[in-house]
Amino acid sequence: MRIVIGGGSHCQMPTFQKRFPYSIGILFYALFMAIGYSQDVKVETISDSILLINLGEVIVISSFNKALEHNAQNKPLSTLDEYLESSSVVNMIKRGAYAWEPVLNDMSSERLSVTIDGMRVFGACTDKMDPVTSYVDVSNLSEAHVTSGQQGAEQGSTIGGAIDLKLEKSNFKPKGWYGSVEAGGESSNAARIFGGELNYSNSEFYLDTDIIYRKADNYTAGGGGEIEYSQFEKYNVSANVGFRVSDDRKLTATFIFDEARDVGYPALPMDVSLAQAYIGSVGWFQDTLFGSFTDWETKLYANKVTHVMDDSKRPDVPIRMDMPGWSDTYGYFSRVNLRQGAHRLLLKLDGYYNRSLAEMTMYPNDPDESPMFMLTWPDIRTLNSAIYAEDVIDFKGSSLKLSTRLAVQNSNVADEFGLSSLRIFYPDMSRHKTRFLKSVALQYNTDMGAYQFNGGISYGDRAPSVSEAFGFYLFNSFDNHDYIGNPNLENEKALEANAKISFKDEKLTIDLEGNYFYMIDYIIGEVDPTLSAMTIGADGVKIYKNLDHAHLYNISCNAEYDILPELKWTGVLTYHRGVDGDGRNLPFISPLAYGSSIRYVDGKFSGSISMRGAGKQVDYNPDFGEDQTDAYTVFSLSLGRTFSINSNELYLKLGVENVFDEYYSTYTDWKNIPRMGRNFFMTVSYSIN
Amino acid sequence: MKTFKLLLAIIIITSSFFSCSDDNDDVIMDENPLAEFTMLTTLTANSHAIEIYAEQDQFTVGYNELSLRIKDNDTNSYISGAEVSWMPLMHMAEMQHSCPRSSVLQGGDDAVYTGFVIFQMAGNETEYWEMTINYTIGGVEYSASKELEVNMPSDNKRRVNVFTGSDDSRYILAMMPMEPEVAVNDFSAMLYKMDSMKAFSPVRDYGILIDPRMPSMGNHTSPNNVDLTYDEVSTMYTGKLSLTMTGYWVVNLQVLNATSEVLKGEEVTDENEASSLFFEMEF
Repeated sequence: MRIVIGGGSHCQMPTFQKRFPYSIGILFYALFMAIGYSQDVKVETISDSILLINLGEVIVISSFNKALEHNAQNKPLSTLDEYLESSSVVNMIKRGAYAWEPVLNDMSSERLSVTIDGMRVFGACTDKMDPVTSYVDVSNLSEAHVTSGQQGAEQGSTIGGAIDLKLEKSNFKPKGWYGSVEAGGESSNAARIFGGELNYSNSEFYLDTDIIYRKADNYTAGGGGEIEYSQFEKYNVSANVGFRVSDDRKLTATFIFDEARDVGYPALPMDVSLAQAYIGSVGWFQDTLFGSFTDWETKLYANKVTHVMDDSKRPDVPIRMDMPGWSDTYGYFSRVNLRQGAHRLLLKLDGYYNRSLAEMTMYPNDPDESPMFMLTWPDIRTLNSAIYAEDVIDFKGSSLKLSTRLAVQNSNVADEFGLSSLRIFYPDMSRHKTRFLKSVALQYNTDMGAYQFNGGISYGDRAPSVSEAFGFYLFNSFDNHDYIGNPNLENEKALEANAKISFKDEKLTIDLEGNYFYMIDYIIGEVDPTLSAMTIGADGVKIYKNLDHAHLYNISCNAEYDILPELKWTGVLTYHRGVDGDGRNLPFISPLAYGSSIRYVDGKFSGSISMRGAGKQVDYNPDFGEDQTDAYTVFSLSLGRTFSINSNELYLKLGVENVFDEYYSTYTDWKNIPRMGRNFFMTVSYSIN
Repeated sequence: MKTFKLLLAIIIITSSFFSCSDDNDDVIMDENPLAEFTMLTTLTANSHAIEIYAEQDQFTVGYNELSLRIKDNDTNSYISGAEVSWMPLMHMAEMQHSCPRSSVLQGGDDAVYTGFVIFQMAGNETEYWEMTINYTIGGVEYSASKELEVNMPSDNKRRVNVFTGSDDSRYILAMMPMEPEVAVNDFSAMLYKMDSMKAFSPVRDYGILIDPRMPSMGNHTSPNNVDLTYDEVSTMYTGKLSLTMTGYWVVNLQVLNATSEVLKGEEVTDENEASSLFFEMEF
């Protein structure tokens, strides 16, 4: 009976897109049916230990009944973007209320490796309106692993670091049926959020399903102005299944379907009518391999992303256009550990094949004129094959990690039309290009009682992104220029040094952390005054170039103090700086920023007051479309309470963000679109164990 | 005409018959060498039928590459080795004038004569083109004339410019036919000087500046165009035209004389959106 119910709801998954209301009904029906069969098993807290040696951060996203840390999140049903932004190391570039773009160490998409459970996914939007993080939701995830610089090279070639979004799985825990329903609302944008999960897990088999639906209207900025075109609607369903084939062998599969419609981008001239992703994988896990190898994990995956930009809701546009984009990725990885004396080795083979295609059709105001068509991503096929190896050597009280990634990346301009288009700019351009990517890193960690030191040096490089190498008249509304890719770009390289000193005693923890990137052949768009803008109203055309070198500095200080066992204070202060070889400021570099919070957690009750802000932006660059961003400080409050109902739990969270309704925008806000004003929110979660 | 069609039908049927058979040797090649062309008109006189063919399906304002055959109606055969010349003449209310054209030459030995004519204007209800073909067969001179229907290109786009240069000469500038693509296209044109109402001479060693624009896209232009220069071999002005997208393009032109003085056409600037000399294309 149970399996029937579980299977039934699972089978509904693929049809959710068409019959959403039905499906949600069925899921909830299944959920409540399941209550009767729920088993009384204690909730196990997931404690995914990470190597201390990794500089980085784990952002816990998991639902509250799985991880107590969830309570720490001010707004449990906030978007993944808000979760990521709450971390002190990640910033988010905003073009609207939805699909923010993560920034780590002053670097965004093309310089980062963003993966979902190790799977490479590439957005299908030429204008970066769909970062990978927009195709999952908090309902899918247990945590986000953020690793800085080459410490993130395990996931892929990167400069700035890696963000790996870990899917939430029951993982053969003997819990039987369990689930939860959650609902949330927000005042500023009338957001309605409904979610639920239903899971069955025993030692032989697990099936996890979840669903989340969000709908938000335009939000209101501080002082009361409505931000037009900031609405969005999205839903996401996912399922994970695992079979234990034998004692030490497991077969797993995951599937995620994510779809957003009617997404407004107030900072951009276009909105999005559809952003859709199918993400699936099959995995094999074996405790041992050939005797001495352990934890052999292999995964095959595929994903398909469709992104359709739309300007039909905008009353005044110089020209109507359609801009669909597609990105399909097929990949695999296989990793295994080996422990030999003081050595802990990790070997990983991985590869992916990506196809990126995007086109633009513009409709002249004169209906008798032919539409104007171009390929903005000319069907680029990228094949990347890599090997990654790391060795963590334990000494007494300290350890050394050596790691390397070597990759071969081949790109192919598959479309003849697109190749001819690019050859307008690069007459001798060849269809194929092969690049070799290298990364080596050395990281040292030592424990000196209350103090801990962690430092390293590394070298890494990356291939230009599809837009950087092959983009064709991609309009960037931030600096109001069209961008042309450059297939002749050199790989961008970075020499990186990082250091972190931590102090910890019973009550106080202080981390002081800094890193420096010496970027060689830094890729950025530079104005080519000989070229004529394509987009009506654009100021000109930029071509991606390699700057000889650039410098990026990031410094942060985190502190935590337990005033009372129940009362904790945290504070963070960060400083970033980025300049090129000529001393010009690089864009999207944070001014001095700070945050502080006081949190009270006493059993079932929690409350927090938090503050964050930034100083006036001093180092900015109008050449890249930046203007000075003013200082701001905003405050938030939240209160949470857990109620036990039989063996089930009800969790209620109330709060208000931007308490004083400050009108502000940050350096990451595209075209200074103001942030949300005062916003009351409420979340109700009911977990059935 | 009817016999031609009949003949054509027979040829097609027999050729298809042969091509279906296993026998893949020769035989069929007696068919119409202009089968892939459209016969635009036939001039009948002197028991000859002069058939004029073109790739396009009408006489078009601009450059027309034409092929013709002279059929002896008595023997039903095509005449090789004739000397052929032509004189297209525009009959206007006040005057008559001709247009730039090549001489007519027989290419190969298949009794096909080829040449080109650049019609600088279309006919209308009161003004019309008349084609006169003079030909000599075996020392005997013949002449045939017929009114032609010359139309604007089906897309109504400008492919020829007639202008008076700053040197007070009249010129005719015609774009060579092309299939535009989103790419760097080979682009060429022919420039003629009007020596008299009936005489036109090709102009050598001038220069033609090109500036392609999309009026619907804020006058967007493309990079890496190559201005047209005179090419001795083809006797045309050749260059490169970059088109960054499909749609409607205006190729603004400036004609320079041998000392690079502008004879006609204006530079496109923010203030001046278009030149008075231009070609158009849409794809």
